[in-house]
Amino acid sequence: MLNIPLWKRIVIWGLCALGLLTALPNAFYTRAERHNDAVVAAERAGFETAEQATDRALWPSFVPSNLVNLGLDLRGGAHLLAEVQVADVYKARMDGLWPDMRRALADARGEIGGIRRAPSDPSELRIQIEKPEAMAKAVEIARGLSNPIVTLTGVGQNDLDVSAEGDTLIVTLSEAERQATDDRTLRQSLEIIRRRVDEVGTREPTIQRQGENRILIQVPGIGSATELKELIGTTAQLTFHPVIGRGTDGDAIAQPGTVIYPSVDDGDDGVFYTLDEVPVVTGEDLVDARPDFDQNGRPAVAFRFNTSGARKFGDYTGANVGQLFAIVLDEEVISAPRINQHIPGGSGIITGNFSVEASTNLAVLLRAGALPAKMTFLEERTIGPELGQDSIDAGRIAAVIGLVGVVFFMIASYGLFGVFASVALGLNIAMLFGILSTIGATLTLPGIAGIVLTVGMAVDANVLVFERIREEMKTAKGPARAIELGYEKAMSAIIDANITTFITALILFFLGSGPVKGFAVTLVVGLITSVFTAIWVTRLFVVTWFDRKRPKSITV
Amino acid sequence: MAFRLKLVPENTNIDFFRWARFTFGGSLAAVVAAILVTLVLGLNFGIDFKGGTTIRTDSSQPVDVGAYRDAVAPLNLGDVLISEVYDPTFGPDQHVAMLRIQAQEGDEAITPEIIGSIEAALKAVDPSITFPSVESVGPKVSGELIWTAVLSVLAGTLAIVVYIWLRFEWQFAVGAVVALIHDIALTIGIFSLFQLKFDLSIIAALLTILGYSINDTVVVFDRLRENLIKYKQTPLRDLCNLSVNETLSRTVMTSGTTLLALIALLIFGGDVIRGFVFAMTWGVIVGTYSSVYVAKNVVLLLGVKRDWSKQDDGPAGTQFATGK
Repeated sequence: MLNIPLWKRIVIWGLCALGLLTALPNAFYTRAERHNDAVVAAERAGFETAEQATDRALWPSFVPSNLVNLGLDLRGGAHLLAEVQVADVYKARMDGLWPDMRRALADARGEIGGIRRAPSDPSELRIQIEKPEAMAKAVEIARGLSNPIVTLTGVGQNDLDVSAEGDTLIVTLSEAERQATDDRTLRQSLEIIRRRVDEVGTREPTIQRQGENRILIQVPGIGSATELKELIGTTAQLTFHPVIGRGTDGDAIAQPGTVIYPSVDDGDDGVFYTLDEVPVVTGEDLVDARPDFDQNGRPAVAFRFNTSGARKFGDYTGANVGQLFAIVLDEEVISAPRINQHIPGGSGIITGNFSVEASTNLAVLLRAGALPAKMTFLEERTIGPELGQDSIDAGRIAAVIGLVGVVFFMIASYGLFGVFASVALGLNIAMLFGILSTIGATLTLPGIAGIVLTVGMAVDANVLVFERIREEMKTAKGPARAIELGYEKAMSAIIDANITTFITALILFFLGSGPVKGFAVTLVVGLITSVFTAIWVTRLFVVTWFDRKRPKSITV
Repeated sequence: MAFRLKLVPENTNIDFFRWARFTFGGSLAAVVAAILVTLVLGLNFGIDFKGGTTIRTDSSQPVDVGAYRDAVAPLNLGDVLISEVYDPTFGPDQHVAMLRIQAQEGDEAITPEIIGSIEAALKAVDPSITFPSVESVGPKVSGELIWTAVLSVLAGTLAIVVYIWLRFEWQFAVGAVVALIHDIALTIGIFSLFQLKFDLSIIAALLTILGYSINDTVVVFDRLRENLIKYKQTPLRDLCNLSVNETLSRTVMTSGTTLLALIALLIFGGDVIRGFVFAMTWGVIVGTYSSVYVAKNVVLLLGVKRDWSKQDDGPAGTQFATGK
């Protein structure tokens, strides 16, 4: 037991050295961070500016440069938990289905008579038919419009459920299709949020799906959650509609096939436009949008359509010169210009009541694409950067004081063995930071508390062993045997005690969120490193010392 | 012989059962009291569990709670709690206050307009005011967070009990769980008694206390298990005492170093995590106490089957069995 084979010694020293090396960048946080940022920026741009080169030179590239990520509560930033209103998409699907359904049923007018869309829940399509006795035929036609679902689980199912109730034909999305749609909506929303956040170019945003229909967004460095919400909370559904009428009565009831939207343009207060429900072109056909100015120097957004969008836009403007044309963003008319001539090129500018900031924002939103559904925000947190810095400073002071106290206690109680344990504690903390940096873990405020707690508890395994050695010394078997027995007998207590703590830390990790999770990570990693340093590193110290000195008796 | 700091004399022989009526009985009474206090006073739930918004303000001017209240009152936000925060780590002209606004009817998270209007109202009172943090949690999420929190504490306790049961005997598992309930009840009780803010981080602290307390308990149990094999004839009561005495210097040493680190954090760690650190400090104290005075008493009450060579002819704890 007192003979540790050479390969084990090498492995232990190697792991310690690796721990120190990977922890090193954290001691020079700002330098290493500037180096990392410069490398990433240069990689993205494909070339390197002089400034980036100086930043990069701040940290040697052959040394690891991974840092512990600082959580939002330490760095400052915004946290949002959004719920995607997946049911919005059902309505869009039903509205999209209606023209096809109308056409298909109209073809069979002789048998089923006239049809009419009845008011209904937005997630279903209700159609009244004139001759209820021909309902079977109508159901058959409606079923003909459904498609089989291609998912792994939905084999053999169709996307539409068709049923009849008296003279009413009811079409809804099938359960399997709803699930598939929800999943698609979430993925699209995630992708679009990611694009929008990336456009702003902040460091390491976290954008994650949570559960069935939620998205967690954390953006460090952003001023406030409100700012973030403006960026990602806007649906940014851009559509171009023919204008049918203009009025000032917002409560007027829209004729079937038309919609009434308010105007938000300058000098158009209280004006409502009646528009054709079916847009000529939508934002989906946009390929580019950027902030611009109109001929009067007012902020505007310049846009370009893809080929099919350009053709539709060109055809429409060519056929309707002199007519009004509404540009609608999220059910509000931004502007309704008169078509002065045929616009063939597929590009144009949107003018409206914009500030420079608003036009820049709108361009970002249009470029990233529209969200498929609205979002509501369930949780939002903003933490200022000063508060985070205060917390880091406070945590650092507490850790140093705790460390000094523990080292003092250990040396006073166990003499040389206490020195061994204290050096091992230092290595333990280095390794903890090394592992946290390597796995890219995020350090949060409770995480700092976890580290301080680790400092206090890390010596526990050493204490168990040292106390045991003391006891074994009493039975006078000689120092070598006492050390050996001390490690051997303390082991079961060390293992049992740490596994139980480990279990609670795992539960914290899986059930906790945000900062709590950060705490769990430091606790788990801290447990692993402290058990390692206690049973291997300290033992290696003790054994090496014992081999050299061969003392007749030891005092623990 | 070199000098050694001894927190505990070398060979202690304390009878830990001598005052069992007061220690164990007192613990039981404290647990009952803590549960009653929690039921009567309730907990001061933070926005994590209740929903609502907290805004932290920071200003170079002294905080005037009355003026803040008057500024916010016309906004009709319902229940608004304003409290000044003191902390030794603050600079000389740093004045911090916390505003807590109840969850608004019909809204999940608070709207940017409301936050903007509150900030504008406070800025009118004190132009130097800044808002280092704004947090808002909707009622939907807070309901789920409560559930997750309860679930995680239960799951933690259960997992530990199962582990102890596998590694030791069922009597030890019962002893451990009683000790854990003791620690959790007393921690929740003190939060209720002083109406300290109870939020998600306190749940994290509770789970850590679970881990820490069981750590201490396991060390005693481990020694008891060893002594049970070593001394087959000694009464269980004496063995319990012996095991606690043998591990006492370790218990005091580890609790001492952990408390040292925690107290440093409590004083210098800033007000943001003070509640969390307080829960942990308190938990370490009651956790240490429970592993010395609660867990083993339960094991003694239940008894342990000592001689596995004989037929099992009675309930566990043969030395107490009266025989047929």
